[in-house]
Amino acid sequence: MISHPRFYWGETGNDLTTPLFKLPIPASRALVPTGYGYMLPDQNGWSRYLHFQAAWVVVFTGLLYLISGLVTRHFWKNLFPRRSDLSWRRFSISIADHLRFRRPTEAEAWSYNLLQRLSYLFVIFVLFPLAIWTGLAMSPAFVSAFPATVNVLGGQQSARTLHFFVSLTLLLFLLVHVVMIFLAGFGSRMRAMITGRAGTRMERT
Amino acid sequence: MSEPSLDKLARRDLSSRDLSRRKLITTGLAATAGVSALGVAARLAQNYGLVPPDHGGIYGLGETLTYASQRLLTRHSLAREFARSQISKPPFANEIPPFNDAFRRLQAGAFADWRLTVGGMVTRPASFSLDQLKSYPSRSQITMLQCEEGWSYIAEWIGVPLSHVLEIVGVHPQAQYVVYFSIDPEWWDSIDMADALHPQTFLTYAMNGGELPVGNGGPLRLRVPRQVGYKSVKYITHLTVTDNLKGFGKGLGSASPEGGYAWYAGI
Repeated sequence: MISHPRFYWGETGNDLTTPLFKLPIPASRALVPTGYGYMLPDQNGWSRYLHFQAAWVVVFTGLLYLISGLVTRHFWKNLFPRRSDLSWRRFSISIADHLRFRRPTEAEAWSYNLLQRLSYLFVIFVLFPLAIWTGLAMSPAFVSAFPATVNVLGGQQSARTLHFFVSLTLLLFLLVHVVMIFLAGFGSRMRAMITGRAGTRMERT
Repeated sequence: MSEPSLDKLARRDLSSRDLSRRKLITTGLAATAGVSALGVAARLAQNYGLVPPDHGGIYGLGETLTYASQRLLTRHSLAREFARSQISKPPFANEIPPFNDAFRRLQAGAFADWRLTVGGMVTRPASFSLDQLKSYPSRSQITMLQCEEGWSYIAEWIGVPLSHVLEIVGVHPQAQYVVYFSIDPEWWDSIDMADALHPQTFLTYAMNGGELPVGNGGPLRLRVPRQVGYKSVKYITHLTVTDNLKGFGKGLGSASPEGGYAWYAGI
């Protein structure tokens, strides 16, 4: 991204073609006309190695999570919105509660609320699969065997641009998540995430 | 409610201890099976040429998984080809390193003295002039060159398939890699036989109907369209066929891993 902070739509894009948009940052390579008089340090080599290794970690933990979520019915029990919640009224109440930063009542806090459920489902079933798909669509070897992966996205540069936005959204989700964890009590939330048990109830009883 | 009898308690205790022992044994067996399966998988991967030369180090596992799975999926698949109307205009040439004296001398003579030497595990080591290479049946492909930096362009690449040249020199059956060298001594790389014998791997000497421009790798560039641009090394002067990459540079298969980049770049 830093080596070529220009994004395109379609199959190809380079310094001679018009970008869809440019990131207002200097580049790490001399070739790119960014308008800045200096370059950022280039770290492409090891960061690519790390990226593709991390991609395998995502695939394997993702599969494990998916299988265990299906087996334990976690998705049905905790993530899919309850039938009673599926109405515009409930939806707007949930949004209004969030906008007013209203803390959930004791009873509500023991399960995910509607917006939480929808955003988790979006991350699990839309963003992560899209990140993997748009990533694979940039692989010249992978698309040689499965050309439709990139063709339906409109081209290799489109895949790169989509990959950028999907990653950005995932990063935003992570940041908001971490901030909320700090607000909700870092120690107890981390304990709850790692052990799968909510510690605070024990403390209260 | 009556208290459970001592007998019952003891039995329950026994059965739970029993269960945990059974659990322990199955876990142990599963772990042993898992470890031996990994060992067998590693051995098989090695035998079938699914382990890249830069498999050591902290990123080795990821690299091996990528290379192995893509080799299994893409051994014979063809890189996407495009319509003539999709050729990038104007053609894009990226930054090129300053040329050494050897290159400048050959350039002054319009590359008439450019030679491609082929050696290693071959029956008839040979040296080819550009005219000789051009006398062989030429092939063309309209494929994309995509750089690891993020930019890309489509061009028509014209040349002789590497497999044709390898057939002329007679590759030994135990050959596993073709190592290729640029006139720039800092730039050399290698590909496995699946890529070397692939119908789209060209020794390219022309582009978009004209000579291959120096900026795009002229007079001779090895095109490996199923991998990212840096595998398509420019200014090729020498090929070595080998069954082992240990003897080249630091033994990582190419100059790329020595500079921190992956040997296999099909991503």
